[in-house]
Amino acid sequence: MAPTTDSRSRPEDLERHYPVLLPSRLFAFVGRKAISWVNNSGASTIFLILAFLMIFRPRQFSKIVQQLYYIGARSSSIIMLVSLFTGMVLGLQSYYALVKFGAQGALGTLVALSLIRELGPVLTAIMITARAGSAITAEIGIQRISEQIDALDTMRINPLRYLISPRIAASIISFPLLTALFDLIGIFGGYISGVVLLGVNAGTYFYRVQASVEIKDITDGLIKALVFAVIVATVCSFEGYFAHMRTDSHGAKAVGLSTTSAVVLSCVLILVADYVVTSLLI
Amino acid sequence: MDIPLIEFKDVTKRFGPLTVLDRVNLQIYEREVTTIIGLSGAGKSVLLKHIIGLIRPDKGDIFFRGKAYAEMSRAEKAACLSQMSYMFQDNALFDSMTVYDNIALPLRETTNLSKAEIDRRVMARIEQTELVDAVHKYPSELSGGMQKRVALARALVMDARIVLFDEPTTGQDPVRKNAILSMVAEYQKKLGFTAIMVSHAIPDVYFISNRILALYDHRIVFQGTPQELEDFDHPFKDEVIHSLEGLQEELTGLYSRRQFKVRYHAELRRRALQESYIVIVFSLKDMDALIDSLGYETMQEAIRCMGTYIDKHFGAIGGFSTRLDINEFATVLPYSDLAEAEAILKDFTMDFRQQGIRDILACRREASLPECIEFIISAGFAQGQPITSMDSVIESARSRQKEIARLLCDAQGLDS
Repeated sequence: MAPTTDSRSRPEDLERHYPVLLPSRLFAFVGRKAISWVNNSGASTIFLILAFLMIFRPRQFSKIVQQLYYIGARSSSIIMLVSLFTGMVLGLQSYYALVKFGAQGALGTLVALSLIRELGPVLTAIMITARAGSAITAEIGIQRISEQIDALDTMRINPLRYLISPRIAASIISFPLLTALFDLIGIFGGYISGVVLLGVNAGTYFYRVQASVEIKDITDGLIKALVFAVIVATVCSFEGYFAHMRTDSHGAKAVGLSTTSAVVLSCVLILVADYVVTSLLI
Repeated sequence: MDIPLIEFKDVTKRFGPLTVLDRVNLQIYEREVTTIIGLSGAGKSVLLKHIIGLIRPDKGDIFFRGKAYAEMSRAEKAACLSQMSYMFQDNALFDSMTVYDNIALPLRETTNLSKAEIDRRVMARIEQTELVDAVHKYPSELSGGMQKRVALARALVMDARIVLFDEPTTGQDPVRKNAILSMVAEYQKKLGFTAIMVSHAIPDVYFISNRILALYDHRIVFQGTPQELEDFDHPFKDEVIHSLEGLQEELTGLYSRRQFKVRYHAELRRRALQESYIVIVFSLKDMDALIDSLGYETMQEAIRCMGTYIDKHFGAIGGFSTRLDINEFATVLPYSDLAEAEAILKDFTMDFRQQGIRDILACRREASLPECIEFIISAGFAQGQPITSMDSVIESARSRQKEIARLLCDAQGLDS
């Protein structure tokens, strides 16, 4: 008997009656993922725009300062540590590469430009994602599943204004500052390994840094930091805010998976955006 | 009849394949206490969340003062919803904030009140909910009952016109449970808001509710007064009311009205037609004046103690009692006639004047009593026979009430 195809037929019923080939299934899977990706992209863009506009509402200043402390000030120590060793490794590797050509005097140039143009913004963003981004997702996710965000709604407190806007504002302020800190300490790290440990002339090192770094290099690096700030704050807040909408899990597990997704997606998007922004600025 | 404050017309809500509300129709009126009762998982909280706009119906309309939410502009809907506050079933307290900050949050974020005024309002609610010792504690440091009271204080701090309570007494001990219900009733009376409550505290909620809505099998199967619910004949009563009533009145031991009726009929079935019994109705007079001078909670406590006293006294001689109304109790003496009842009541009156009235006041010893209050307790009795309806005997007893005890206090002390 021929199967009926009324509007209530479920996909699994149809699949039972009509053998579905593997390529068709693959095509359907890719289609579903693409639709989901487009939906999420649109939703997160609207989410970002609404939250950004609410930065300028009253009563936001103290909340932004509080988030600056959590996202910015409390990340500074780990940024300093990572940047110091990044600069030292960079100085060490670059020295042995340059010495083959007798160009060890260019160490300052290499370390400074690598840090200011690329490593500074990217590594700072990844470190903040790991430290503060994951915390943002987890905190907002828990607030969502424990109905604290619904409670804000019932109290006529806009959750985007109260929870998300201060985090986006604090990220936009703190990412460039922490990137500048990373660059500075990184150059000092290069000095330690190159000058103090390997004997490059200190005057040459700093002269090369000063002579090779242009203001455009610094502004390009800070533009990247701003782009990464928007990406990390949006992705991490969005994943936490909609943790309850996940279809693969619920409750605490959903918060855990959202946190993982937020960190992985942020890191991937940082690297993708780094390429796109670099190609636009170069 | 007035336009309902909130009205549901054929509201249906599904979560995936699960139908939670199926063509629900209900009306909620202004300045009343409306209680939604039903089994756990019946959809009571979902219904409440529809009212406050956290969930939208799949089908049907919700009307606010006659206008559908769906037809309102965003500003209109926001204006309606801003008149409401909500107490969540799981409290939804901000766990990174102290008790004080949790309660102050809506005032800080949605009003332009000065810091001193916010502090005054928050501390007033904290004192009323007996949370003074927990002001600087975090929710995780509090017991479940205390967390509930923080949520209650937060719901009341904005002085909203409509307050929605999602199971406000869950997890409370019997004393706290009654204190919370009394507090809801007191504030509703004092502030004049509309209270919409989901509760399992049957029959306690009957005494503070103007209307009861019964949610059963995804639909509202009953809307009416608690008295009308007593006569409601539906499977809902067997499944919900009877099971919940088993836990009622832990403190007083009084029967619920339904249990009272069942015992009444059971007693009378065993009796010959010519045998008589006595119903005594006790009332506390001038309730409004007493509430004004003592406060609702103190008054509730005193009435509860009075019920306990009556039940103990008459229970010892085979009687059984129930609470008829907020200030009224009925006792059945199954094997007595008029002459005997008169003697029993005389004994009770003497005993009550000497000791009972002091016991009632002692129930709220910690409460600060005004310098002079007046308690007047009346009692009346009537004789019934197995063929007489219970309500008519109660009415007859009520009409024959006369004063049996009066308490006066002055600067020198108590004088009863």
